[in-house]
Amino acid sequence: MKLLAISGSLRRDSHNTKLLRTAEELVPAVMEFQVWDRLKEIPPYDEEDDVQPAPPAVAAFRAAIAEADAILISTPEYNFSIPGQLKNAIDWASRPHATNVLRNKPVAVIGASTGAFGAVWSQAELRKVLGATGARVVDADVALGHAHTKFGENGELLDEAARDQLAEVVVTLLAETPAPQLANADLLGEQAREARSVAGNVVAA
Amino acid sequence: MSITTEELQIVPVGTWTLDPIHSSIGFEVAYMGGTFRGDFNDVDGRLADGRLEGSARVASVQVKDENLEAHLQSPDFFDAERHPVLRFESSDIEREGDEVTVRGEIEIKGVTRPVELKGTIGAPTPKGEGEVLAVNLETVIDRTNFGVNWNMPLPDGKPALSNDVELTATLFLNREA
Repeated sequence: MKLLAISGSLRRDSHNTKLLRTAEELVPAVMEFQVWDRLKEIPPYDEEDDVQPAPPAVAAFRAAIAEADAILISTPEYNFSIPGQLKNAIDWASRPHATNVLRNKPVAVIGASTGAFGAVWSQAELRKVLGATGARVVDADVALGHAHTKFGENGELLDEAARDQLAEVVVTLLAETPAPQLANADLLGEQAREARSVAGNVVAA
Repeated sequence: MSITTEELQIVPVGTWTLDPIHSSIGFEVAYMGGTFRGDFNDVDGRLADGRLEGSARVASVQVKDENLEAHLQSPDFFDAERHPVLRFESSDIEREGDEVTVRGEIEIKGVTRPVELKGTIGAPTPKGEGEVLAVNLETVIDRTNFGVNWNMPLPDGKPALSNDVELTATLFLNREA
């Protein structure tokens, strides 16, 4: 079982990558958590290059998606939209459209930005794009604004509310993931289980 | 075989099975100022004991572009993986001459709601050793009532795709001899 985490930011000290590393602590131990860190290697999409064999980084990206049971994408926002390198990678993954590896794949979108809104517009556009590929986009989000103030020296997320939201995203994503190993709630990560409990109490209240 | 006036006023008795080759079940929806049409190729149905039921496999949706077919099967639209079949089952059939009203429930994307179909019904026509009955039905549903919510704003801000969808069924039902 694998959860593929994709950061839309290439920067080594990326807030979005840190957000994904926080999510890693929240997923059940039975899940392999793979952070895709090769977006920079994926060439610009050109239909003339979209042949077999695909460019190596594209082939690896498609394989990573195909092997994943679920995908978590954290995106920054460039000019109120999806970063080019992330959109480009999804465009590659979406081909050929009718049989592309993203079809029916459970995907959650989260985001972080240094502005106040936490990449909400980029996230909305990314969900639209993923829907067009045929992915199963889950209804859950984290919009981490002022991200440069939200992490500690070791990359730990300091914002407890955001951490709880992230746990809910993980729970929602895994609930959409057709993996028998996840049928038992006890397999969920401790944090996610707590978040779900809190969410249940809110509903009950 | 002669058919009396009395027999024409009611739904024919017996078991009638859908001829999937000649029948078509599809939809029409206003899209970008025009009309977009699609059909389901793999359909099933029967009329028996005054009850009409039918189904269509989402994976068999046919439009003029395979990429669009894939999108229609995705979670954005019908979600064929989780809800592979569309279903209809009548609860009540009223007939007046050639006109017919069929009430029942339709299931789309796992949501079941009441629906009223209107159309025409022919007289049973001899076909080989048996008979064939033609029934044409249509209705308009609001797709968002079934969780089929996809849309996209046009440059003028209006939605690209209408929420109202016309469902059409041209049914040929065979009664075996």
